Amino acid sequence: MHRGRVDEDAVVIEVDGHAVSARRGDSVAVALLTAGISTLRHSPRLRAPRGIFCFMGSCQECLVVINGKRRLACEVLIESGMSVRTTELP
Amino acid sequence: MNSRVELAVLGAGPAGVAAALAASECNVSVLILDRSASAGGQVYRRPTWPLEDQQLKQWPDEVKGERLREQLRSSAVSCRFGRAVWSVERGFRIDTVGPEGLETWEAERLLVASGTTERVIPFPGWTLPGVMGLAAATALLKSQRVLPGQRPVVAGSGPLLWAVASGIVAGGGMPAAVIDLADTRRWVSSLPALLSRPTDLLKGLGWMHSVRRKQVPVISSAAVRKVWREGTSLVVEVIERNRDGTLRRESQERRLSADALCIGHGLLPATEVTRLLGADHVFDAQAGGWKPVIDDQQRTSIPGLFAAGDCTGITGAEAAQLEGRLAGLAVAHETGRITDKMYQMKTQSLRRHTLRVSRAGASMAALMMPAESFIDDIPGDTVVCRCEDVTCAEVQAALAAGATGLNQIKSWTRCGMGPCQGRVCGDTVAAIASRHLGGRTAVGTWSPRVPLVPLPMNDLVGAFTYHDIAIPKAAPL
Repeated sequence: MHRGRVDEDAVVIEVDGHAVSARRGDSVAVALLTAGISTLRHSPRLRAPRGIFCFMGSCQECLVVINGKRRLACEVLIESGMSVRTTELP
Repeated sequence: MNSRVELAVLGAGPAGVAAALAASECNVSVLILDRSASAGGQVYRRPTWPLEDQQLKQWPDEVKGERLREQLRSSAVSCRFGRAVWSVERGFRIDTVGPEGLETWEAERLLVASGTTERVIPFPGWTLPGVMGLAAATALLKSQRVLPGQRPVVAGSGPLLWAVASGIVAGGGMPAAVIDLADTRRWVSSLPALLSRPTDLLKGLGWMHSVRRKQVPVISSAAVRKVWREGTSLVVEVIERNRDGTLRRESQERRLSADALCIGHGLLPATEVTRLLGADHVFDAQAGGWKPVIDDQQRTSIPGLFAAGDCTGITGAEAAQLEGRLAGLAVAHETGRITDKMYQMKTQSLRRHTLRVSRAGASMAALMMPAESFIDDIPGDTVVCRCEDVTCAEVQAALAAGATGLNQIKSWTRCGMGPCQGRVCGDTVAAIASRHLGGRTAVGTWSPRVPLVPLPMNDLVGAFTYHDIAIPKAAPL
């Protein structure tokens, strides 16, 4: 697939304390998907794993904490040094 | 507070942009708001990695999207992207949350062009990570150029099914199978309508051809019965169905191993804003569900409130663009920017053309509609409301206990009360209830509630600290 020039846009972000390589221009959801991180949260009642579902800001399943704020991973674009915390319940 | 405009447009997809441009060309002051970072909507979503010229021929939607964005850039329309609308009041006042935090906008007229949400009928395992909507897969392929998986199962109904499958093939993936809910007869029955749109027909046949040429297994008249995880793979169980949509009991179930499942059962008009404002709506199964009642000038029952595109019934991008233009011209006419004669001249043939295109689009939408009996096969322990983990059995129990409509089911079970505001489960729950209550009109819709999107408390209170709270002196005893 045509994804532009890889080297120029490569950045490193931090996901749950681990360094993950990502690309500027991608959404956080895409970065997580390509890094193989599919479980982003657990449902409140059954504690079942959840991940990206609608990709257009409607289902709210990809809610994560980005730089300390609750955001939808599908709506936020990658920036260098970004910190992402998947919102697993204790 | 921002200065008041004559027309605010919610949604920068094909309908919204066409309306904004048409009104703006007639010197109406126009503001367009969208939650995405750029115009195009879902169908013409701006790609992160624009294609080189020679590759564009394969992706006509990308060319259309670029043209749309270029027209908008060179117009007088004021664009505010990255804004999600969380409240709308009559009059009209629009509240958004976005990069500048909370903002308020005022407009004399409002056009809702909010598009659609995807319908996915629940089945055991549909909440697992790795299961996503066909619309989600389309967004991944089109705008991010990422495969939803290397060997995903692609399942469901309608044109999106084939668009996704062929997109995966084009991107170098190999779908484990395509599971088409429709049988050949249903596709053939929609041929007459499709023949009036030869380009769409060719596009669809091209998708199917590219998938079959790769020898991707295609199972027609079949549905995903359940999915579960085994190690790093998803196991997808497929079962054949009869023509009326009921399960073929004698059929052997097939199991497929995949790394993802992309599934969708058609599109639903997004009516949160028009319902919030109290416009009249009507249930139209063929159009995708509830839709606002509009006249031939795209006017709703509320003065000054217009609606255009798929949020008024699913008819596709091309019809949406024409409807948008009609709405924009109607606003220009209402505000006195064009004379009666001019308005008649500009809209006469446009209206005929719109009607023709929407009829073809509507028949495609009808093809996406799953049979009603589909709903009866959802096992009791399947979660239907993803936000609140409410199962089908719990909804059935509420109905057995005498729930008289959608909102009572919501109050009793929390179904539809979560952060997605019932956008994902609403249609399913209403369809289940409809079997008990005798039709969708009797079931009704969720009462729309503000905020229309989840609003982080931080954004709402801004930079306030504890010390900013004014504490009045205690009253003397």
